[in-house]
Amino acid sequence: MAQDIILSTTRLTKEFKGFRAVNGVTLEVVRGTIHALIGPNGAGKTTCFNLLTKFLSPTAGAIHYKGRDISRLQPADVARLGLVRSFQISAVFPHLTVMENVRIALQRRKHGDSFDFWRAETVLRRLDAEALDLVDQVGLSEFAGHQAVELSYGRKRALEIATTLALDPEMLLLDEPMAGMGHEDVERTAALIRRVGKDRTILMVEHNLSVVASLSDRITVLARGQVLAEGDYATVSKDPRVIEAYIGAGHG
Amino acid sequence: MADTAALAPADAAIAPVISEGRDDRALHRRIMLGIAVFLAVAPFVLYPVFLMKVLCFGLFALAFNLLLGYGGLLSFGHAAYFGMASYLCAYAAKVWGLSPELAILCGTLTAALLGLVFGALAIRRQGIYFSMITLALAQMAFFFSLQAKFTGGEDGIQAVPRGALFGTISLADDRALYGLVALVFMGGLLLIYRIIHSPFGQVLKAIRDNEPRAISLGYRVNQYKLAVFVLSATLAGLAGSTKAIVFQLASLTDVHWAMSGEVVLMTLVGGMGTVFGPIIGALVIVTMETYLAQFGAWVTIIQGVVFVLCVLLFREGIVGLIARITRRPL
Repeated sequence: MAQDIILSTTRLTKEFKGFRAVNGVTLEVVRGTIHALIGPNGAGKTTCFNLLTKFLSPTAGAIHYKGRDISRLQPADVARLGLVRSFQISAVFPHLTVMENVRIALQRRKHGDSFDFWRAETVLRRLDAEALDLVDQVGLSEFAGHQAVELSYGRKRALEIATTLALDPEMLLLDEPMAGMGHEDVERTAALIRRVGKDRTILMVEHNLSVVASLSDRITVLARGQVLAEGDYATVSKDPRVIEAYIGAGHG
Repeated sequence: MADTAALAPADAAIAPVISEGRDDRALHRRIMLGIAVFLAVAPFVLYPVFLMKVLCFGLFALAFNLLLGYGGLLSFGHAAYFGMASYLCAYAAKVWGLSPELAILCGTLTAALLGLVFGALAIRRQGIYFSMITLALAQMAFFFSLQAKFTGGEDGIQAVPRGALFGTISLADDRALYGLVALVFMGGLLLIYRIIHSPFGQVLKAIRDNEPRAISLGYRVNQYKLAVFVLSATLAGLAGSTKAIVFQLASLTDVHWAMSGEVVLMTLVGGMGTVFGPIIGALVIVTMETYLAQFGAWVTIIQGVVFVLCVLLFREGIVGLIARITRRPL
């Protein structure tokens, strides 16, 4: 049965001054799944992630998204194709309000390129209701008028997700969505990702193995820039090479 | 800014809502009205030429602050747009014999073009490298002005005719000229206010706050940076052109790097990223230069001391400090 591949890489390689952070990674993400990219520190997860979102350019290899070669596209243009990333450190606009953070994403999708400096921003009010609805979905309604800088860490992450959802992306790339979170926030965010992933494709880099186990349909394990193993959690976690890579790198 | 405070009334009392709401916009309207009234009354009380100088530099600082405070881009070469516009305006009025409004238009368009070229080169780099490129390009404009024939070298372009507005209203009288300068200033202020509060302005603030995130939302940030650079250069050119008509002079002082430094100083003293700060900054600096002129070179030292005190005591500038105390965006 031919599976519907939304994102794939072929022998993706990134060299930094002779050091190969990502070395010939071939990866296929099936549409509608939650796919996790894991591996010990220095395995090349984040580099791989930055290549996929075009924040880095590959030394060799190709990336295809929905059958289209995106290897040479600019990051903003990749986002316009519906492939949207999150960041490891919470990526909000600190001096915009919570509502405005979400609205700026809606603005790009619905208002388009905004070079209209002569127009009053009141034209954006038509987006307010939808923005507030998204803010409500991540449980931040009561903070809608606050500047994002005032939010707690977990709430900033929630805001980031609401902002990303405002773009209505087909595919999400999440860079360690649980990094630095307390236990409660992890639960809440996991539930949010599961809900969001119902009708979208998600590729995420994550350290928290229990999260990965419960959320992902498929897991790719990276080590030293290469694919070590791939499969569902049960398969991957029993793989002796994976166990060795983690223990060898000092992870329990 | 959207009026979200009304949607979450319970929170307004708990935490400060520093973002602009409807009543802040009302406050801004009142301040604008206050400025307009002041401008109408001022020439009967104060020396018009001094006022016109403040207004020209105020507009220059407002234009600069649009780029620094809202675009997050620190240009060290804004004298290039101010000065080159001033030369072209002076030349158009004196040699081509154009009426003042057309001469000002010539100068302003020159600055816009120059801003487009210099901006396209500079925005390819970020942070200090961006600033260094703007400085290097401005130095090129300076040496061009020094060498080129039409600028008059060390002498500059002197005795620029004030002419008659639209060929009918003579600007020979200081009061009449003041009227024109006040209108140009007020128009510039309102335009900048609109730019800051437009859909474009929202994107600018987002880019200033978090550029990678703005990219990840699909904004081609370099196009926005170039657009705000050109807008800022154009308005700086409008200020420079107006100044050439007011003082009937365009000289190397206007393209010198010290002028680029002065506009940074005005903006920081007044409060960068505030709407009205640059006007206060320009007022303070021009007042010091005018009324401390008797101390000669000491003016520079006094300015330096004021600047150091400003940075040490209130880093957000005079208006920035007032905004923080009153908890209102100004």
